[in-house]
Amino acid sequence: MSETPWYNKGLFSSLNLRQKTLLTIGLTGLVLLVIFISGTLIDANLPTDFSIKMQPPSFAHIFGTDWMGRDMFIRTIKGLSLSIMIGIGASIISSIIATLLAFLASINKFCDSFVSWLIDLFASIPHILLIMMISIALGKGAFGVIMAVAFSHWVNLTRVLRAEVLQINTSEYVALSKRFGKSKLWIAKEHILPLILSQIFVGTLLVFPHAIMHESSVTFLGFGLSPHEPAIGIILSESMTYLAMGAWWLAFFPGMALLIVVLLFDIIGDNLKRLFDPSQANK
Amino acid sequence: MIYFYKSFFNSFFKTNLYTLEMIKINSKKLAKFLGYKAIRLLILLVVIAAISFIMVQLSPIDPVKAYLGQRIVSQEQLAIMGEYWGTNLTLGERVLGWLQTLASGSMGFSLIYRAPVTEVIAQKFFASLTLMIVSWIISGVVGFGLGVIAGAKEGTLTDKAIKTYCYILQSTPTFWIGLVLLMVFSVYLGWFPIGLSVPIGQLSDTVTFWQWLYRLILPAITLSIVGIASLTMYTRDKLISVKNSDYFLFAQARGESFWGMIKNHGIRNILLPAISIQFLSFNELFGGTILVEQVFAYPGIGQATVAAGLRSDVPLLLGIVIISAIFVFVGNLIADVIYQYVDPRLRSEDDE
Amino acid sequence: MTKLLEVNNLSISFTQYVQGLNRHDSKVITDLTIDVNENEIVAVLGSSGSGKSLLAHSILGILPYNSHVTGEIKYKGEVLTQELKEKLRGKEICLIPQSVNFLDPLMKVSQQAIGECEDDKEREEKKIRQREVFSKYGLDESVDDLYPFELSGGMARKVLLSTALLGDPNLLIADEPTPGLDKQSVEETISDIKNLKEQDKGVLLITHEINVALKTADRIAVFYSGHVIEINTAENFKDADNVLHPYTKALINSLPRNGFKLTEGVQPLDDVIGCPYYENCPVRMDKCEKNKPKLINHNGVMIRCFNYEEVNDES
Repeated sequence: MSETPWYNKGLFSSLNLRQKTLLTIGLTGLVLLVIFISGTLIDANLPTDFSIKMQPPSFAHIFGTDWMGRDMFIRTIKGLSLSIMIGIGASIISSIIATLLAFLASINKFCDSFVSWLIDLFASIPHILLIMMISIALGKGAFGVIMAVAFSHWVNLTRVLRAEVLQINTSEYVALSKRFGKSKLWIAKEHILPLILSQIFVGTLLVFPHAIMHESSVTFLGFGLSPHEPAIGIILSESMTYLAMGAWWLAFFPGMALLIVVLLFDIIGDNLKRLFDPSQANK
Repeated sequence: MIYFYKSFFNSFFKTNLYTLEMIKINSKKLAKFLGYKAIRLLILLVVIAAISFIMVQLSPIDPVKAYLGQRIVSQEQLAIMGEYWGTNLTLGERVLGWLQTLASGSMGFSLIYRAPVTEVIAQKFFASLTLMIVSWIISGVVGFGLGVIAGAKEGTLTDKAIKTYCYILQSTPTFWIGLVLLMVFSVYLGWFPIGLSVPIGQLSDTVTFWQWLYRLILPAITLSIVGIASLTMYTRDKLISVKNSDYFLFAQARGESFWGMIKNHGIRNILLPAISIQFLSFNELFGGTILVEQVFAYPGIGQATVAAGLRSDVPLLLGIVIISAIFVFVGNLIADVIYQYVDPRLRSEDDE
Repeated sequence: MTKLLEVNNLSISFTQYVQGLNRHDSKVITDLTIDVNENEIVAVLGSSGSGKSLLAHSILGILPYNSHVTGEIKYKGEVLTQELKEKLRGKEICLIPQSVNFLDPLMKVSQQAIGECEDDKEREEKKIRQREVFSKYGLDESVDDLYPFELSGGMARKVLLSTALLGDPNLLIADEPTPGLDKQSVEETISDIKNLKEQDKGVLLITHEINVALKTADRIAVFYSGHVIEINTAENFKDADNVLHPYTKALINSLPRNGFKLTEGVQPLDDVIGCPYYENCPVRMDKCEKNKPKLINHNGVMIRCFNYEEVNDES
């Protein structure tokens, strides 16, 4: 029988695979939306209360408190929503770059080899280093990070889209349109774009987890968001100072929460991919 | 140390004598191939050197201020520092100066380490290389093993456990794994020191081998945990596609035992692609090293990168970019060679 | 006399997921009945891609796990369970596969023919046996060290045949042994298969090339849209008047035109309620649309058609 992923087994076993997949997408999407919205509603300037500083997790503060007495749970939620925001920005920009480059590659042979060369160029520097460099060039901060992550994550999607566009371009109906004297731009807009739209969509979602993870990584290293922002990377980098004192909750919970958010995005992306391309589900 | 790597590799390959048998490389062809690759690398490096230099120069961050941080200095000192950094020159002059330096075979002078960049990189890179190679081998062996088990037992609980493990690992930031390991093994259990590859108050030359190894364990484990996931998933998928192949079906019809088939047909067909994939992972390996070294305060290339970036040591940062590009290129090259020259099918196509 | 192989009412279906993850069940083989005696070659004749190979896979117990099987298979009068299949395959029952793709691309052919060995002693013995069989089919020692992709079409056929014969089986299943071969290789393959009969072996030949079936087999089973619609002797197949089913008649009449190949035709893919040939049948009756005829014995010929059933057969 078909193999269902671990996360949609059990409780919903009476549903068929399609329903389960849709339900998984819906539920994970809802969780992420709740995190995102509640994060934006929180005021960035959290109240500090030194009388309750450095408290381990309790019922009052389930993630504990930091050295200024701020509630870690609220800080984490705020950080996550910031991460999601940056993730959205970065993955949309990187998908736009990928789509443009895929079309550029389809113009002629020279453009195609130029795009291939560009892919090789960007793939030849370690990701983190590339993000660091771009972020430095753009003066760090939220803008720098979004652009840095966007400019380092278009490679895979471009490879996929380029191959797809190439395939559509050699199809008979495109040849027919060409003979009717339609312009390349018209063909790209009317024939190619609608066909690769679902792939762009799934591709954007699949970039998401990487974008979030890399944003927190460069922020952790000190090349991303400034220390005043409530980002997860900042929280984790701060926690290093208090680690030796045994304040494990400062690093554990925010990291765990980040992991879960990344995992949820991964699940949505994978399930959507399966919905569009069922060959995976048949395995 | 080098000898150790060599003997390890030999024993790794001896377990698969057939693989060794297949390696008959056409040396003339290979020389041509390598020559072509060398030219490509040269062009790539020039472009990377130019682009990354311009990128750093365009940065709105004032390098002098970044270097000084919170320290307060007088105007005269500031002017001297500006000259030292070269901020008083135009962009054109600076690019020219940088390319001149590169052409002379040097990479300039590191501002924060106060030593030639080549020297700093050589020293730091060697320290990191040990870390990288150890974790590369661990993640290769463990990742391949787990992938074979999961693929062979596709659909069972074992497979699901391994898949879940990989799935979660792929979503976990490297530095957080490091933090968790540090919390458990160093802070809570106290088995390992917190950070610093060299005990405080000791010169790096006087560190014994055991002290060094002792401090290598946690970073190496962290780095290999991260590397396992993608290789395991790749190996698993490859093995499953071999299991669905016609030749696997025929082997089954001939009455071969399941594990015999996995060994004779499965591993034979997936080992080389898996080794290639592992070489292609040099990119992630280098990135992971930067994060891991930062968490464990391991004084290698990663820490140097972060320091150079944060304190605007432009020559060192650019030197590291170039070295990392060469590092990644070499990995890709080896993967290419394995793909094109070792597989008997592709090899004979090339001979025609 | 017990039959070497008996397949009774075998049905095989698959579960698949299509676009949008909707579930789809497809029945590939429906109610298949066939038998093979010792010293006999029985051909299963059907167009390519119609799922005939699954019959072979099901006898050997190597169907994929999303398949669902009903019916029974007997070997020498004993019901073939999965354990028995696993014990017999490669020894008593051997498969001659379709093409060189069924050989491991990275393993030398002699190694594959020898297969798995417990120890060096067994390997030595099998090596001698492999050399023996290979030379019998004109494969000299240089072939031993070749990789599958280095074999020519005819050579590959002989390697596959020798590999199957290494275990000295009683029943051989040849799955499309002649695709894309030149004329001479086809003739050689036909004589090789006929030669197996001389050695007292039973052969189940699965093919879509009717001339191969005619020249080789003693009896021919016609496979149409997942059903066996007629099993008749090869002798009767030489004349359209001697075969019973309208499809078989049409098939033989169209032979010279089609170059002795089965036409692809329009065969219903999903399981139909009535007779699978209803749409194209020239002698169809009203009841053929909603009722499925059973495979019955009509004067020694197995036939699935209402025209040959007893008149008052309404049950």
